[in-house]
Amino acid sequence: MSRVIDKESVWSILEDVHDPEIPAISVVELGVIQGVELAGDRVRVELTPTFAGCPALHVMKREIQERVSALGAGDVEVVIVLSPPWTTDRITPAGREKLKAFGLAPAPIHAGDVEAALLEPATCPYCGSQDTVLKNGFGPTACRSIHFCNGCWQPFEAFKPI
Amino acid sequence: MSEPLEALAEYVLAMADDELILSHRDSEWTGHAPILEEDIAFTNIALDEMGHAAVWYTIRAELLGAEPEAYSDRLVFQRSAEDYRCTPLVELPNGDWAFSMLRQYLFDIGEKVRLEGLLSSGHTPIAHAAAKLRPEEAYHERHTRAWVLRLGQGTPESRGRMQAALDGLWSFAPGLFALDPSAEPASQVGLVPDAGRLRQRWEDEVKMTLNEAGLTIPEGVAPVTDGRRKHTEHLAGLLTELQSVARADPIAAW
Repeated sequence: MSRVIDKESVWSILEDVHDPEIPAISVVELGVIQGVELAGDRVRVELTPTFAGCPALHVMKREIQERVSALGAGDVEVVIVLSPPWTTDRITPAGREKLKAFGLAPAPIHAGDVEAALLEPATCPYCGSQDTVLKNGFGPTACRSIHFCNGCWQPFEAFKPI
Repeated sequence: MSEPLEALAEYVLAMADDELILSHRDSEWTGHAPILEEDIAFTNIALDEMGHAAVWYTIRAELLGAEPEAYSDRLVFQRSAEDYRCTPLVELPNGDWAFSMLRQYLFDIGEKVRLEGLLSSGHTPIAHAAAKLRPEEAYHERHTRAWVLRLGQGTPESRGRMQAALDGLWSFAPGLFALDPSAEPASQVGLVPDAGRLRQRWEDEVKMTLNEAGLTIPEGVAPVTDGRRKHTEHLAGLLTELQSVARADPIAAW
């Protein structure tokens, strides 16, 4: 049975949906929700990929579909959009703090200049040192790189600036 | 559908097929690269290129009014070699690691100049896709260019292997810019950038890197630019593997 739902309840339920590859933060904190539209009991959610080849996208799409349907929406449409392109700048301040606690260094805010951001050393999420080196521009998922901290001698992963 | 849009759908198919087939070749390095870091790198590059292929197949589906997901699967898993529009560069077997790395570099610069040209495409979804994919290529380029330089400037063996790779690849690389005749009308109306200009920009950039790497660019080799319908014998074998599971059970739900 469908009932009237509001935008706030949709955004709130989206706070419970996670990228399975980065479970520390929600899809809202990750900044991959481009918009939520309501028309009566019909809901349309716009979802955008971090990297185009992200294999987790369809898992997130399905979960959003299920969660929003469970709110009582009559018809839920989750569409994949590419514009404006997602950037790491869209990760919320709270999301960035959670990433650090998870051991994943957030990308520097770069305002579009990815090439410059690539040259900056990542900040170690464990000790805060910037005396770090890039070990591999490619990591366990499309959106992560591998680094080493000379300050605390820990290897760590970082979110690739994009 | 108008003739330019039909031609655009053909252009997009060629881009998608190039990305898909190279992605498959790259994925063959998974578990076999010389060191773990490079295993991870090639696997990621393969994943990125497959993602790019999926974006282009989706745009083609939308141009043709087809349901994107089912249509993309059908194109990838149920087409035979003669209906693919990829260029021979991406079909060639991996060879040694220098060969694969140089091929990926030549492709990456080609993709970069193409995406930069497509940013101003008159077909908005293509311009949006180009804006999405362009930053991802920065990671590939940085990686593959560094290895071309390192191997070219390295030991006599690494230099020899990189030079042999260049000798084997140079005639095939310009095929990246070859247009199938069915795609040409898209270029005439500005939906896609002029192929000759892209090729020139690509050549200027890769020659700088190859020179810096100390490699000798082969002279007097005729470029292979008629390969989008005349495939090498390697494509059929690649597709046999790529499609084997899907063909074993065509109606399976994944």
